[in-house]
Amino acid sequence: MAVKVMIPTPLRQYVGKRESVEIDAKTVGEALSALTTRHNDLRKHLFTDEGKLRSFVNVYLNDEDIRYLQKDQTPLHDDDVLSIVPSIAGGMALRCICS
Amino acid sequence: MLLRLSPQHVEAIRSHGEREYPAECCGILLGRADGEQKVVSEAVPVRNLRHDPQRAQELLPLNVPGRESERNRFLIDPRDQLRVEKDARARQLDVLGYYHSHPDHPARPSEYDREHAWPWYSYVIIGVEQGEAKDFSAWVLTDDRSQFTPEPWEAAQLQP
Repeated sequence: MAVKVMIPTPLRQYVGKRESVEIDAKTVGEALSALTTRHNDLRKHLFTDEGKLRSFVNVYLNDEDIRYLQKDQTPLHDDDVLSIVPSIAGGMALRCICS
Repeated sequence: MLLRLSPQHVEAIRSHGEREYPAECCGILLGRADGEQKVVSEAVPVRNLRHDPQRAQELLPLNVPGRESERNRFLIDPRDQLRVEKDARARQLDVLGYYHSHPDHPARPSEYDREHAWPWYSYVIIGVEQGEAKDFSAWVLTDDRSQFTPEPWEAAQLQP
């Protein structure tokens, strides 16, 4: 299945500065694997050493979070759009919140 | 790179921090980047998902739930991120970075900020002291993720 993978700005340097990459794959897992095989520098930003998707990385198939579909087993169809969406988080140094 | 915003953007970000105090506010900076500068065209306020602990915990669990909350943590819902990004792309704009506030705390990134940041993006932080916005600063994470470096910024009327 021919799908488009949208790349967030910080990772575009690893895919020749493109905002999207075309990949052929049957499942989300296959697509991400093909993406990081073709662009090896992406791998450490998307996956842990154990090969799991990093907790700061969300993957959307069209408008749905793959966590709530079949995760990396989610099947793909032609013209699907996979979006790599960073979890944006932060906060102060931890200290007591006094009421 | 130089981060360029308008005085209206700076004021809008500061006001957002004051409105949300004592919780952390957060938002998305949209605009265009060339090799030398990032020019912000919009500062989009979004909801701090830490106000919805159940959903936030599914996405990015807290380390110390009894001591972490929207008062010292922010999380942007990836659904908001996706929606804003798609809308931006349709208008040939990119996500340049994010802003958030530190209630009663310096406008400097914490270790927690560093652990959760992405390189390249501009991270604007505003200190909100007792409900009043004070310091405004911008930071970029190094590519090796080891630290934030201050990012030069300026507020000037931008050409349309």
